[in-house]
Amino acid sequence: MVKTLAMPPQYIPDSSPQGSPGGASQAVTLEVRHLKAGYGTTPVLRDVNIKFYDTKVTAIIGPSGCGKSTMIRCLNRMHEITPGASVEGEVLLEGKSILALDPVELRRHVGMVFQRPNPFPSMSIFDNVASGLVLNGARNRPLIAERVEDSLRKAALWDEVKDKLRQPGMSLSGGQQQRLCIARALAVEPRVLLMDEPCSALDPIATARIEELMLGLKNNLTIIIVTHNMQQAARVSDYTAFMLTGELVEFTQTQQIFTKPSDKRTEDYITGRFG
Amino acid sequence: MGGYSMRRKIVNRLMFALTALCALASLSTLFFVLGYISYRGLSSINWAFVTRLPKPIGETGGGIANSIVGSAKIVGLASLMGVPVGVLGGVYLSEYGHNKTGFCIRYAADVLTGIPSIVMGLFAYVLVVIPLKHFSALSGSVALAIIMVPVVLRNTEEFVQLVPHTIREAALALGVPQWKVVMRVVIPTASRGIVTGSLLAVTRIAGETAPLLFTSFGNPFWDNGWMNPMAALPHTIFTYAISPYEELHRQAWAAALILIAFVIAVNAGTRLLLRPSTGVSH
Repeated sequence: MVKTLAMPPQYIPDSSPQGSPGGASQAVTLEVRHLKAGYGTTPVLRDVNIKFYDTKVTAIIGPSGCGKSTMIRCLNRMHEITPGASVEGEVLLEGKSILALDPVELRRHVGMVFQRPNPFPSMSIFDNVASGLVLNGARNRPLIAERVEDSLRKAALWDEVKDKLRQPGMSLSGGQQQRLCIARALAVEPRVLLMDEPCSALDPIATARIEELMLGLKNNLTIIIVTHNMQQAARVSDYTAFMLTGELVEFTQTQQIFTKPSDKRTEDYITGRFG
Repeated sequence: MGGYSMRRKIVNRLMFALTALCALASLSTLFFVLGYISYRGLSSINWAFVTRLPKPIGETGGGIANSIVGSAKIVGLASLMGVPVGVLGGVYLSEYGHNKTGFCIRYAADVLTGIPSIVMGLFAYVLVVIPLKHFSALSGSVALAIIMVPVVLRNTEEFVQLVPHTIREAALALGVPQWKVVMRVVIPTASRGIVTGSLLAVTRIAGETAPLLFTSFGNPFWDNGWMNPMAALPHTIFTYAISPYEELHRQAWAAALILIAFVIAVNAGTRLLLRPSTGVSH
């Protein structure tokens, strides 16, 4: 059921090697230009150019170590917190360079969900969702409560937790914890949601719930998901980017990349010849 | 083959017996100490003993109330000074101390932990007693606080370090400034370990005698301030035990029992605090 929903509309095939899938005329939320990043003297990303569109899900696939995670960590400047990390190039959030923004400010617009569910252990379910607001100085309790309920509903968790909001976030199951983390990221109302292999620690049922959730969320968000799972990319995304050794090999509509990839390396990866 | 297998079984049993014996020996020491102190001290403990001041030698019915209150005051003030410094220093080491400065602080703290407590007493004597020109409760607290800081520091660092990196990242990714991530997310997550370690450090300094010898000095009377000599339980036990009077020996045993009861109470309280209460089972 998820699969049919996920199929993107048909577009004219794009011939440009990287950058933007042609024919699309949506608003660009994030634009990456000549992005180079690395750790110490080891380069991880070599000159990546890509655009992410509003109300679309973009999947980033590629073998381990190809720089997928590093790339999305550059988008909310989490890459910089790693000691020895370096970054070059430009990332524009709605036309404005994110390097000119304060990283703390930027991260309120570009939320992130991590590989493993990581609710704050010292906080209740409610406080976890409210944390982004409260820790940024929100005082208005009714408004916070409203935003918490709204976020939990968007994360399809409200019905499961509405009677135990005061219990610790860690008391939930793994899949619920991950949806709690999604609700926590949504509560600050970001423009972009980065998801770094959000289902890699979850079972298939919990994974299906998160995938379903993403399809509802993209209506007013730009979602970028890094995944190892090509079926998942095919199910949830409108666009897919294939990365290899720090380079963007191919970026186009998901259906096209999985049916008629234009690059030999993409085809080899998708058909399981390596990776 | 049979002989070899037999030998192996015998060695196995012997090793088991040896380890069990050693485990038993360490446990029985505790019970022996507890039992003997109770045997010698319990008979002397009564309401008057814990509520009255010491009486001159020859009179009966003297108590150690001033030592109990003195210990509470000296240890309390030492904790007020030592715990915040140790905790915040430990947080620094864990969060910002992955450099040369951090290495030096860590190394210094480890050396400091190994310095004999009587030396710390001497240090507090020079630092507080000499400038103020007389012994004081304050100087005792300073000596105990100095002993406490490196212990709390390293313990706090260890527990803050245990907070998974992913928790910090989650908070940073929400657009929370780093100092708030530390204060509102990391420290609360590590709070149990921090509290436990700090309480254990309190029990450790509560039993220190040597640093008080030439700082708080001891005093057979009440004192309501901080600037005069003050009695403390371990110090009173020491002076009573080396006195030539049977009555004071008896009181020293009773005072030791009270001190040990305090240490055990804090330890047990810490255990209760450490019990997982994640709410999963409720």
